[in-house]
Amino acid sequence: MANIVIDGIRKNFGAFEALKDISLTISDGEFVSLLGPSGCGKTTLLRIIAGLETATSGDVLIGERSVIGLPPKDRGLAMVFQNYAVFPHMTVYENVAFGLRMQKADDRRVKEQVEKAAGLLHIEPYLDRYPNKLSGGQRQRVAVARALAVEPRVLLMDEPLSNLDALLRLEMRTELKTVLQGAGTTTIYVTHDQTEAMGLSNRIAVMHDGVVEQVGSPVEIYNHPATRFVGGFIGNPPMNFITVAVEDGAVAAGTLRLPAPAGAGREVVLGLRGEAVALAAPGDGLDMTVRVAEPMGSHLLLTGAIHGQPVRVILPPAERVRGGDVISLRPDLDRITWLSPESGKSYPAAMA
Amino acid sequence: MTTTLPKTAPASFPSSRRLLLWSGIAALCAWVLVPIYLVALGAFGGRQGVYLWPKTVLPTGVSIEPFLLFLRTEGVVGSFLNSLGAAGITVALSILLGAPAGYALARYSFPGKDGYRLLVLLTRAFPLAILALPLTVSFIKLGLYDTVVGVGLIHTVLALPFAALVTQGIFLGVPRELEEAAWVFGCTRLQAVLRVVVPLAMPGLAATAVFAFVISWNEVFAASVLTVRNRTLTAYLLTVLAESPMHYRFAGGLLLILPSVVFIFAVRRYLFAIWGISSK
Ligand SMILES: Nc1ncnc2c1ncn2[C@@H]1O[C@H](COP(=O)(O)OP(=O)(O)O)[C@@H](O)[C@H]1O
Ligand SMILES: [Mg+2]
Repeated sequence: MANIVIDGIRKNFGAFEALKDISLTISDGEFVSLLGPSGCGKTTLLRIIAGLETATSGDVLIGERSVIGLPPKDRGLAMVFQNYAVFPHMTVYENVAFGLRMQKADDRRVKEQVEKAAGLLHIEPYLDRYPNKLSGGQRQRVAVARALAVEPRVLLMDEPLSNLDALLRLEMRTELKTVLQGAGTTTIYVTHDQTEAMGLSNRIAVMHDGVVEQVGSPVEIYNHPATRFVGGFIGNPPMNFITVAVEDGAVAAGTLRLPAPAGAGREVVLGLRGEAVALAAPGDGLDMTVRVAEPMGSHLLLTGAIHGQPVRVILPPAERVRGGDVISLRPDLDRITWLSPESGKSYPAAMA
Repeated sequence: MTTTLPKTAPASFPSSRRLLLWSGIAALCAWVLVPIYLVALGAFGGRQGVYLWPKTVLPTGVSIEPFLLFLRTEGVVGSFLNSLGAAGITVALSILLGAPAGYALARYSFPGKDGYRLLVLLTRAFPLAILALPLTVSFIKLGLYDTVVGVGLIHTVLALPFAALVTQGIFLGVPRELEEAAWVFGCTRLQAVLRVVVPLAMPGLAATAVFAFVISWNEVFAASVLTVRNRTLTAYLLTVLAESPMHYRFAGGLLLILPSVVFIFAVRRYLFAIWGISSK
């Protein structure tokens, strides 16, 4: 059993607060992504879990045991570093075998494990080569194989695909998922790429400025963002935010009258996914002024404004809309998120 | 717009660069080798060969005899061995003490780090001439006077500050991430240094060793002051050269040059170890 409990972790670099009271629980065998823009503290949190950085305060438990103060080697984990960190003076074989050798595994087990890991990541042909004879993608595989070969309780990965080109990244993503699904290792995966996080994870922790904004499954996070930041960060195009007035407990949006969320003030922010709308009869719904219409083949992407506020909307590819048109949209009421304009937090979903 | 450039322009550019490269290499080789060659000619040419003018480019009338004669001279072999001993001690201590200091400077931050670095260099601010008398007195007390170990220790003092500062730069050049990877995969701090950092720092450490060797091998003042009978080669030659015939002086010069060349040759594998390229 290797669940991970992160309890009230803070980290200051001098006067700068890199992590502000992070708490997160990851169950045994779960794949959790730390997702957030560059500089939000993902790497710092991962390094604290690994023991490469000391937290200013807070606790980390791996498998019910506090690991604060333990050196990295005694935490039962393996890590894939952002820049691979494969040892340049060792062959691929010795790189993959490194962790096992340090565990004083006998040669037969080393060979067995190296061959197994190499097989999973398709690096058998390069086992005798030195890393400087390998491409970025191959080194990446070596780094992952080195981590898997020790069969760690916990696997930490820091943007492992960020140095690969787009095509290779997609391919490696699929392969990583295939490899890790079999292993059942508790995994924490750091990325700033939402498609990676969405595609790989059981759950995602969205981070922003040293704070975890929301933890949830990819679908939850996509459909019910807890904050304006999460809605704006996840999804392509990001969620639309339209500030509307509240009168007598109802929201007037175009010709629509929607029940306002409990606790709303004079104004409320209507969070609307670009694809959670349908074209309605003219004058029946939210009026959108279309500035640009981009037929993308699989869908039609419209950029324009609703209530004078910029929005992006996705319609089926067959709809005939052109730049300059004014159209009416009917939002999918189940997929509306209401947010407070002051705090940026969402109101609890009112739907049954 | 991508237009095809005239073929000649890119072609002539590398060829003129190559010419520059090779003439540079030739000039550097000549710079080092011609003096050594002339010294060798003098050493092997015998009593007359030294004064031969114009010099012949190809060696004529050389024999190993004059050089062997020089080697058989009283004190030459002994002082040569003393020099090797002192240099060996200097190299060993400079690396064993300097490299850990350099590692600490590269990897840890501690209060007074910059001050410490300055202090390390300041040890070289005292001229040996001022220290000579107190050193001699304390060395006599400690039983180090007129010993190879004593000279080696003083040479270590001269080489150590540079060893610490140079190895700091070398260790800074080894990515910290590699060391961290070693920790994560089961190494203690020391194991990570021995298994990952040192192999990668080997070229720089070899260069530092060469440097320490040369400092000790060429040092003459402290060696002259602190020894009487157990002279190092430089100290010995300094005292006898004035009264020696010309070809003896050349033989002495050659003997001074040779070990450095041999030593550098011995560690060349580490000097040029770019992993995966030169290592077999
Ligand atoms: N060793 C350090 N010293 C000072 N500031 C640091 C250090 N490491 C990280 N930071 C700062 O902490 C913040 C979070 O960094 P990091 O965890 O690397 O972000 P991410 O991985 O999400 O891009 C950044 O603003 C960064 O500048
Ligand atoms: Mg990072």
